[in-house]
Amino acid sequence: MSLVLDGLYFGYSDKGFALSIDHLKISRGETVALVGPSGSGKTTLLNLIAGILSPDRGLIQLGEHSLSSLGKTQRRRQRLCNMGMIFQSFELLDYLDVKDNILLQARLAPGVPIGTELQQQAYAIAERLGLADKWRRPITALSQGERQRVAACRALLLNPDLVLADEPTGNLDPDNKRVVLDHLIAVCKERQSVLLTVTHDHSLLPSFDRVVDMATLLTQQGTAA
Amino acid sequence: MRDLLYLSLQYIRHHRVKLLVLTFAITLVAWLPIAIQSIVDQTAAQLLQRAEDTPLVVGAPGSPLELSLGSLYFRAKTPNTLPYSELATLETTGHARAIPLYYRFHVQDYPIVGTSPDYLGYRDLKLARGRPPALLGEAVIGAKVADAMGLGVGDYVISSPESVFDLAGVYPLKMPVVGVLAPSFSPDDEAVFVDIKTTWVIQGLGHGHQNLNSRESIGQILKRDGDNIVANASVHQFNEITADNLDSFHFHGDNSTNPISAIIPVPANEKAAALLLGYYQEERSDVQMVRSERVIGDLLDTVFTVRDYIVVGIAIIAVATTIVAILVFYLSLQLRRGERFTLARIGASRLQVHTLMATEVIFVLVVSAILSAILLALAQRYGIALLQQLLLA
Repeated sequence: MSLVLDGLYFGYSDKGFALSIDHLKISRGETVALVGPSGSGKTTLLNLIAGILSPDRGLIQLGEHSLSSLGKTQRRRQRLCNMGMIFQSFELLDYLDVKDNILLQARLAPGVPIGTELQQQAYAIAERLGLADKWRRPITALSQGERQRVAACRALLLNPDLVLADEPTGNLDPDNKRVVLDHLIAVCKERQSVLLTVTHDHSLLPSFDRVVDMATLLTQQGTAA
Repeated sequence: MRDLLYLSLQYIRHHRVKLLVLTFAITLVAWLPIAIQSIVDQTAAQLLQRAEDTPLVVGAPGSPLELSLGSLYFRAKTPNTLPYSELATLETTGHARAIPLYYRFHVQDYPIVGTSPDYLGYRDLKLARGRPPALLGEAVIGAKVADAMGLGVGDYVISSPESVFDLAGVYPLKMPVVGVLAPSFSPDDEAVFVDIKTTWVIQGLGHGHQNLNSRESIGQILKRDGDNIVANASVHQFNEITADNLDSFHFHGDNSTNPISAIIPVPANEKAAALLLGYYQEERSDVQMVRSERVIGDLLDTVFTVRDYIVVGIAIIAVATTIVAILVFYLSLQLRRGERFTLARIGASRLQVHTLMATEVIFVLVVSAILSAILLALAQRYGIALLQQLLLA
């Protein structure tokens, strides 16, 4: 499934910031790095695509589905079932172990049985990302790099069409950055998922199929209309 | 829902120490006032019921409370006594039948109650096994005595000596158990009932010994003065009344002077009771008649006052605990703000997030309620007996 943004406009009325994008298309299986200075709207754009924010106008389309025309509940369901999200601060629950954190999104998603098959898939992803020996460890016993890999496993478990990553390597040391990103890109490629990653780290950019600079993407930035 | 429950249980497991402390604190402050209220009320009801069933008691002058506790619950260590002749005196008034009680002696910790055959009928006590005592030395035991000592019909109970160092004191008497009472859930369950004369035998006022007129007893006779024979210390005294030696048991002196602890008058009607009360209050200063209900009521008033103070104290602690619990829950919700944010960003619904957050509170409240109910049941099972023992000790 490809991701298409068309005539997208969103403005924060209280912050005096607006984001406007004429057109952006990311093809199925394509990995894209989104770069730009702080405050340029990268995270806002991810939140719009994820359906956490709702655009004032314009189109966000994932495959056949127009996400921008969905209601709040349907957007939430799309996020839960068709998207994987990775955050800079990992966003893991410290009272769950590795296995249960990986299965968290699946447990919340409607109609997804947590059976043996899904647990085997979860273990396979964890194994691939080097977490097999930490399977039942508490999250608090993991290093930063391991935690980010757990977050990546959670995002990838339900085979999402779209993976959104907001500075997924921001808190990691150089070795872990490379490990996490390589795994993420490899899995997305295999599954033909769209990967859109916000990053400030220019050393990682060669790993992506395409780099999109917010400065060239935006048609209007500054005072809200 | 099952997955949410699973996640909630993981949270509870992870924070088990905090939640258990909170649960026990809430359990205690919820349970204690209810338990105290319940135990005191039920104890009071049981004590008052016994007093209502025995409205009048006659005894030696002294503490009315001691007389009431003794005659109703057989709890008096060295009860004052009055002569057995008082029984006839009471009955000659024509206002009531009279049932004697003598509860000085014990079988282990269980009181031996010497009385007349009327007592079992008066208390509506039924025999589960055996028959009522018919001969001197026979005993009928209460249901709890039978259970606790593992006794039944055909077994024996032995009266306890009052002091093992008193060689001239009361000697044990071995008494066959001829009947076991059905449970009555009253102090009668914990008593050993014998004929009043048997208690006098235990006290040594009556005794049986070998026939001093026989040939074999010549060596044990110190002096013979007509029918009066004085034996030396080697004469064999019986410590068990059997069919073979029953005839040898006898009382020296007049039984009407032998002691009893109390008399339960059974007036024919309220008027007879009032006349009897008037007689004892106005014409008799050497004995007293007490109205048990009033005496036990006075005792319970004191208990109720103490209970009220305790409950008020606990209520203040309960308010403080509730405030602390609310604060703990509030702080917990603040600490879980990040978790709520994460769940919402992943795509959890508001209901799912709120359910997860509420589980902590629901768990503490539900477990506290269950624990309180269990503790309340235990308190009612054992607390009433304990409080009765404390009050009657």
